[in-house]
This record gives sequence, structure tokens and C-alpha cells, in this order.
Amino acid sequence: MANKDFLLHFQEFDEDDDDGLRTSKGATRVTIDDTAEPQKQHKPAGPVEEDEESYRNDDKTELLSGEKKGAPFWTLDYYQALFNVDTYQVKSRIVGSMVPWPGKNFVHLYIRSNPDLYGPFWICATLVFAIAISGNISTFLKSQGEPNYKYMPEFRKVTMAATAIYSYAWLVPLALWGVLTWRQSKVVSMVSYTFLEIVCVYGYSLFIYIPAVVLWIIPYEVLRWCSILVALCLSGSVLVLTFWPAIRSDRPRIVMAVLLAVVGLHVLLAVGCKMYFFSDAANAVHLVPENIIKATPTIRTN
Amino acid sequence: MAEVDEPGKPLFAGLSDVSISEDIPVEGDISVPVGSQNVDDVFSTLDEPVKDTILRDLRAVGKKFIHVMYPKQSSALLRDWDLWGPLLLCVTLALMLQGGSADSKEDGGPQFAEVFVIIWFGSVIITLNSKLLGGTISFFQSLCVLGYCILPLTVAMVVCRLVLLGFTGTISFIIRLIVVTASFSWSVFASTAFLADSQPANRKALVVYPIFLFYFVIGWMVLTFSPSQ
Repeated sequence: MANKDFLLHFQEFDEDDDDGLRTSKGATRVTIDDTAEPQKQHKPAGPVEEDEESYRNDDKTELLSGEKKGAPFWTLDYYQALFNVDTYQVKSRIVGSMVPWPGKNFVHLYIRSNPDLYGPFWICATLVFAIAISGNISTFLKSQGEPNYKYMPEFRKVTMAATAIYSYAWLVPLALWGVLTWRQSKVVSMVSYTFLEIVCVYGYSLFIYIPAVVLWIIPYEVLRWCSILVALCLSGSVLVLTFWPAIRSDRPRIVMAVLLAVVGLHVLLAVGCKMYFFSDAANAVHLVPENIIKATPTIRTN
Repeated sequence: MAEVDEPGKPLFAGLSDVSISEDIPVEGDISVPVGSQNVDDVFSTLDEPVKDTILRDLRAVGKKFIHVMYPKQSSALLRDWDLWGPLLLCVTLALMLQGGSADSKEDGGPQFAEVFVIIWFGSVIITLNSKLLGGTISFFQSLCVLGYCILPLTVAMVVCRLVLLGFTGTISFIIRLIVVTASFSWSVFASTAFLADSQPANRKALVVYPIFLFYFVIGWMVLTFSPSQ
């Protein structure tokens, strides 16, 4: 009897809990069902068990269908939402960033509220190394005939290129997003972009510079300027077409200023890279070792 | 309380209807370990001579080197990961990339720290990338594979240095180009053989491309090494 008493108390405690959970069940319950319920959990059948399971499923579906961000920002899962792209999606986004189609918006057509950070990050990384390597090759080819030329893999340039490109890819979208949000508060427009979507557009628009940079190895100035022009036209027009709907309903002066800034910064990046990495200024570097070579004999005789 | 007060109804009446289809056997083994000697002592390595410890680790590293040179679908590299091999390869490569073209301090070849940072930082970024894309491989397993697959490029570095001792000019450049290209493709092939299975099928190219870029950059550093005269 003592055993049963103990078990009874345990069952009652359980029953009270169940009462709290499922208020839809009537208070009048056959004792057998309640006492047998925890034992029945081992058996699949039973209406009580199913109801509890469906209750659990409702919970799960509510969590899943709701917002994506449930994870805190220091876990990997939070950022996994930003890498939710497949290979064909990345390919189509890259193609879309190079082909300006009037009337079709890059963001609406390709990104569709699934901005990813994979494209911007790896396109910038590829561009950094492409610039550094092509610059290296072009200076090597340019000074082939010089007797005092000492080939040097210029590693500092990788760091400079990385700083320039990554700051362009992140700071300019930040500034643009700030401007758009500020104007949004004054003039309501139909289209508004999130910060990540703007980063996405800028990142993918840099893709066209990769083949252009590889073409810069060929040491013909005309070819270099032509390739810059073509690349600028294509990606610049994609950028303008993307941001035109967001700003079109504003005052004309603001519209002109923003669009000019977008295109202007794009041009500045391209021309700046060409000037720094690929021009005659790089030749000045080779004269320095020449001077040192000439200087050392004098030091030794002293 | 209701159950206690009901006289006629037997308690747990429903239980008699509950029948478990199979008998749950209850059996087991209870053994009390005698003294301090238990099963773990087989793996305890505190009492063995240092030579045994070092040799065991070296043998594990060596076995993984062989797995890299002949990459087939084996999980040995993934299961027992260690970072000794990558460290050894990274230090060797960085040391061999020294002593080059240092007429002027700046704009020379990569410094030791630069090579180190590129290899380790690059591996971490690629691992993070593959995990973010939904890969099922663990962080250190991926670092281990990426580090071990630098082995072909280290071998290429040794060959390049020997070639630079023997030949000069265009011939040496062509030989070095061929060697570095071959070893770079070997590295990419070996690492994708180990890593590609842990990725979802529609994102394989997205994961392989950064690995390609990583070994390309290291191959570029190996190829453009020019010794000081």
C-alpha cells in the first residue's frame, strides 16, 4: 500500500501539470486515462498522445514559419542566412550585374530579398589578387629589356589593393544606404533597399573589373583605357538602373547628385587602381635598387 | 486524491490492459574496477618514453602525407585530424620563401609572417565559408585537410629552388611554371576529394572556388620566388 501511495502522489503531480498545459481538456477526466498517460507515451497510439504531438508540431511550425533570425549574432547560424545561395543563383547574379536591362531591376530580379554575402566577399577577394598579380606581371613585362631590372614580387601591393577594394565595397554602400534612408524619411518612394541588398549590388557590380584587370596585362594604353570604359559603362549602368527607382521621386537636384556620386566613385576606383598599379609610376620603383647597387661600391671602398 | 478515495476501482486498472509487445530484457554487467588499473590505462600515454610519443605522432603525420599524395576516398584524414602536419608544411614553405630578392627592404618577397598569415588566415576563411554554405565538416577537420594539401606545393618549392640553382632564364621559368601548375592542380584535386562530399550538392562549385583561389595564391608565391644573387 505504501508503494501505491507513493505512486499515486507522483501521478497527481503529473496530472496537475497536465491540467495547466491543456486547458481545453475538461476538468472531469477518467483517472485511468491520466494515470495511464505517461505509460502510454511509450506506445504510439492513443488520442492523448496525438494531441500533445500536434501541439508540439504547432509550436515548431510557428517557429519555422516566423522570422528567420532566431539565433544570436555570435553564432554561425545567424550568418548562415546570408549564405543561402546555390551555384546557379550566384552565376545568374553575376551575369545580371554585367548586363544592364532597362526596366529590369537587379535587386528585384535577382536578389529578391535573399541577399547574400558570398558573392561580394569572394568577388572582392578575387579582384584584389587579380589586381596584384596582373600589376606584377605587367611591370615585369614592361621592364623585360632593362639590364638592372631585378624582379620583385611586390607584396605590399596586395595589402593596398585589399584595403581599397574592401572599403569601396562596404563604405560606399553604407553611405548610399544612409542617404537613401534619410531621403526616405522626407519623400516616400515605392522602392527601398536594405543595407545588405545594396552591399550585394555593389559587390556583384565589381565582377566585371576582373576580366578588365586581366586584360591590363597587355601593355597597350589604348586597350587598357578601352577596357576600363567598357567595364565602367556596363556596371555603372547597372548601378544607375538599380538606384533610379529608389530615388526617382525625389527632387531633381538630389537625384542628379546621388547618381553622379555613384557613377563618379565607380570611375574613381577603376582609374585609381589603374594609375597606382599599372602605370609608369611603378617603373620608378626599379630605379631605387639601381641606385643602391651603384651606391654600395662607394661604401665598401670607404 | 480521487484515486485514493475510490474504493472499488483497482488502482492502475488501465495498466493491466497495457501490454508491451516485446519483453524488455534486463541484463548487464556490473564490474567494479579493481585497484587503479582500468581499461583506460591502455591509452594512457603518461608513462611511455618520449621517443614513443614523438614517433607515434610522426607516423600519423606521415600516414596523412601519403594519403595526400595518393588521394582516394579515405576518411583517415578527416577522422583523426591533427594540425602538426600543416604547421610543419607552413613553416617549411615560409622558410624556403625567405632569402629571396632582398636588395631593398621593401617590395621584396613575402615575409615569414606574411606567408604564415596568408596560409592560416586563408584556411580559416575557407573553412568558415564552407560551414556557412551548409557544410557538415567540422572546423578543425577542414583546417587539417587544407593544411595537409599544401604538401604538393611545398614539394614544388623544393624543386623550384633546385631548378634555380641549376638553370637560369627562360628555361628555368618554363620548368618552374610546369612544376608549379602540376602541383597546384594536385593540391586542388586532393583537397576537393576530401572536402567535396561534406557539401550539399548544389553548392559544390561555391565551395571549391575559394580553395582554388587559395592554392592559386600560394602557387603564385612559389612561382615568383626569385633568389638574391
